[in-house]
Amino acid sequence: MINALLWAPLAFGLVGLFLPKRAVGWWATLGAVVTLTIAVVMVFDFDSGSSGLQHSVDTPWISGLGVDYSLGIDGLNLFLVVLTALLWVGGTAFAAFREWERPQLFYLLMLLAETATLGSFLAQDLLLFVLFFDFMLVPFYFLFGAWGSDREGGPSASAATLKMMIYTLIGSLLMLVGAIAAAIISADGGHLTFSIAAIQQQGLDVDSQRWIFWFFAAAFLVKMPAFLLHGWMPDAYRAAPLPVLVVFSGVLAKVGAYGFLRVVLPIFPDATVEFQEVILVIALASILYGSVMAFTQTNVRLIAGYSSVAQLGFITAGIFALRADGADGAILQMVNHGLVVAPIFIIVAILVERTGTEDIREMGGMALRAPVLAALFLIVALATLAMPGSANFIGEFYILNGLFQEKVVFACIAITGVAMSAYYALRLYQHAMHNRLPDGIASREIGLRDAVVLAPLVLCILGLALYPQLILHRTAPTVQQTVANVTGGDAPEAELAKR
Amino acid sequence: MNFNEPTIDYAGISPIIALTVGLCVVLLSAVFKPVKRWAPALTLLTLAAAAGLLIWQWGESKELVAGALRIDDLAITISLIAILTAAFCVVLSTREPAAEETGSGEYHALLLGSVLGMVLLAEAQNLVSFFVAIETLSIPLYVLCAANLRREGSLESGLKYLIVGSLGSATLLYGMAFLYGGSGSTDFLGIAAGTAHGGLIDDPLILVGIGMCAVGLAFKTSIAPFHQWTPDVYEGAPTPITSFMAVATKAAAFAVFLRFFDVALGPQVDQWQPALAVLAAVSIVVGNVGALGQDSLKRMLGYSGVAQAGYMLGGIVVASESGVNALVFYLAAYAFMNLAAFAVIIARERETPFGDDIRGVRGLGAERPLLAWPLTIAMLALAGLPATAGFIGKLYLIEALVEADYTWLAVFIAVGTMISLAYYLRVVAAMWMRPEGEPAATPVIAGASPEADPIDPEAGRRIYLVGPALVAAAATIFFGVIPQPLVEFAERAGASLF
Repeated sequence: MINALLWAPLAFGLVGLFLPKRAVGWWATLGAVVTLTIAVVMVFDFDSGSSGLQHSVDTPWISGLGVDYSLGIDGLNLFLVVLTALLWVGGTAFAAFREWERPQLFYLLMLLAETATLGSFLAQDLLLFVLFFDFMLVPFYFLFGAWGSDREGGPSASAATLKMMIYTLIGSLLMLVGAIAAAIISADGGHLTFSIAAIQQQGLDVDSQRWIFWFFAAAFLVKMPAFLLHGWMPDAYRAAPLPVLVVFSGVLAKVGAYGFLRVVLPIFPDATVEFQEVILVIALASILYGSVMAFTQTNVRLIAGYSSVAQLGFITAGIFALRADGADGAILQMVNHGLVVAPIFIIVAILVERTGTEDIREMGGMALRAPVLAALFLIVALATLAMPGSANFIGEFYILNGLFQEKVVFACIAITGVAMSAYYALRLYQHAMHNRLPDGIASREIGLRDAVVLAPLVLCILGLALYPQLILHRTAPTVQQTVANVTGGDAPEAELAKR
Repeated sequence: MNFNEPTIDYAGISPIIALTVGLCVVLLSAVFKPVKRWAPALTLLTLAAAAGLLIWQWGESKELVAGALRIDDLAITISLIAILTAAFCVVLSTREPAAEETGSGEYHALLLGSVLGMVLLAEAQNLVSFFVAIETLSIPLYVLCAANLRREGSLESGLKYLIVGSLGSATLLYGMAFLYGGSGSTDFLGIAAGTAHGGLIDDPLILVGIGMCAVGLAFKTSIAPFHQWTPDVYEGAPTPITSFMAVATKAAAFAVFLRFFDVALGPQVDQWQPALAVLAAVSIVVGNVGALGQDSLKRMLGYSGVAQAGYMLGGIVVASESGVNALVFYLAAYAFMNLAAFAVIIARERETPFGDDIRGVRGLGAERPLLAWPLTIAMLALAGLPATAGFIGKLYLIEALVEADYTWLAVFIAVGTMISLAYYLRVVAAMWMRPEGEPAATPVIAGASPEADPIDPEAGRRIYLVGPALVAAAATIFFGVIPQPLVEFAERAGASLF
């Protein structure tokens, strides 16, 4: 079943190449829906008591090099897989309502990107993980470059994506070297294997951990992106076609954060403890910088983009609190953030279609004639600023709780980020929806077709707000074990998770 | 006086015999009008026969001709790569102006002569046969580079290659003389025995000899700083010949590089290892930086070849079985990636007035998807992105390097790859992302005058150009997803040397 989950999108995409132009968008959406269905079935099939891998597949792939085709699901990736499948349904369906040049190719790349992303979440072999992690970029490179928009006075779409590729591959290629080094050093002349579990078991000496840790951290921090490594983000976000940005922003950043949980914590426990504070500083810097940028930018895409930088800072801080509740909160927050940022980009796309501008200073007054759109937007905006009652609130609370018990000072600074998120989320909402309607812009209600895409995502936000235990309950055992591995077995239990 | 006639293993040298006979037949066919146009077919037949005989010898490991040559799996794998490339080159040369101007028979006979040199080189086990083979390989190539008689660039390329190549050969020969003087033997195993007693530093004669041999080989494999001829010669030579040179010459030269350093100088490994590692690092940097901003695709691939040679040299630096495996795997992958790229360049060269300029591929994605895909795959594979053979090749090399404690060189490969994205993806972007450029006004490449190379507007649909491009691109993807067969192929080579 896990194979079907991974390869279904690609299979649909390939078949789509031979379909007529008008049908291919719906065919692609069907592919995404099928994938989502499989993912949801897996949630019901999931044994929430176990911390080990489920549905795992493990066969040798390149036996000469010790690389296995090894996939599995556990508490760390279960809901990220579901999130991926869900957002791809949203992004693909939203795209299907619109016209694209060379649609067969567009949807093939879109679904190829889904397979690659799912692959990096599911991979249990270090090299397979690196492979999918790098490969994710290829379809997005084409999607951004060929279907993106050139900016007046700025870099062209292809230049912006080239920058993105070079930035992100800097980290990824070093990660490839690091992965190979980790496997060889841990094998110590014995049987070479890239299985994450095996490398974890064999262990690495502290000196090797130190430098390999940074090779991996570089890859993940660029992908998120974290402060100082985010240089590719503004140009790429402005160039990207919006339906693609929905999935890109919603899921790809999470792969970086997930990488810390899946690879870094298990394989480099000593280095993780040693560099905990360095990463926390980077995370805090991301929170502050992202927030400040988000409330000074006027381009709607960049507001959402920089808010992601801040949110990913929170998630990183949660992971590097090195406590079970912090990490639990981080996973919950990854899903939450994906669920809010995707609707924001869909709403942004709708707004841009109506106003013809991406500048919030030229928007406004939408709410008057479009109450439904405004209501949906309001829910999303409130979730973004982690209003009590939303799942984001619970996620941030867990993260801060974990951080507070471990590093008080860091927690205090991080809390300012929560306050700032209220400002930028409400600013975005107000400028777009309230105020006076500028001349020459027609306010129209959201169309039924876009509502069909948007409403389910908003329903998921609401659903999760009511029942976050859906996620927490299933992730807790694995997270507990992952964190315990770093801190040496006496990980403080997540009191909240038991509540 | 006793004269011991060497016993000759005819089965072992049968591929060489086949190539020699084929060469003569193809050359003679040029004289007889009725069979003249069969030269390409005869060449392909010869190559097929040689390949068949090589596969028949698969798994053998024996000395031939009194130890001057040695047939083993390393020689066979490398020879097969060279023969495969030559076969592609023959197909891609269909209606090539260069082949028609030189005369089809002569052109193909020269090509076979060069292949013969490569097979000999891959089997060379003795300084004398080594040198004879490298000249057999090179001299036909000097002529072939200048085969496009009416194009100034081609003649210039031939002359330049002749001069620089001769310099390389002379250096090599001089180095061999020193080596013979120092070790008392021309045989690789004899050299190993003769130098085993002391370090290189103790014997300046041998040290100089090895240095000069390394320089000579670096010329042939276009490793920086001995690469200056590469971009110019690549650009000027007829493109099918460029593709042949880029892949097959490199493969054969690396084979002898391996044998020379791992067998003859095996005992001295600690002494030459750091020097070669530095050479590899320099080559990676120089090649990748040089390729940035090149508008001519052939020049760009020339510089990229310098960088790739640097990666591959890593396989020799480590002096281990996995290093040989990695190198042979990379060479095979490199063959497919480059052939796909060159096939598309040839098609565009004949189809547009831009020659091999990057403007020739603008908007290719919309105009000729069947050409755009192979070139895209080739570029992504050369850049080492996953799901292509190029990624597995890099993975293999890095694994070998890390195993041998040369992690810093692996980091160089990673950094070099990063730089390389800028120029490989520029080609991809030109194909898929930029709108069609201004209509072609004048041809831009010097020497590509329309009289010399008539434009064939249908070249992008010719099966003899599109077919090889698709086959090579498909192989690149196939071995990126299912690398096991190629890994096993490469492992045979490594096992035969260690």
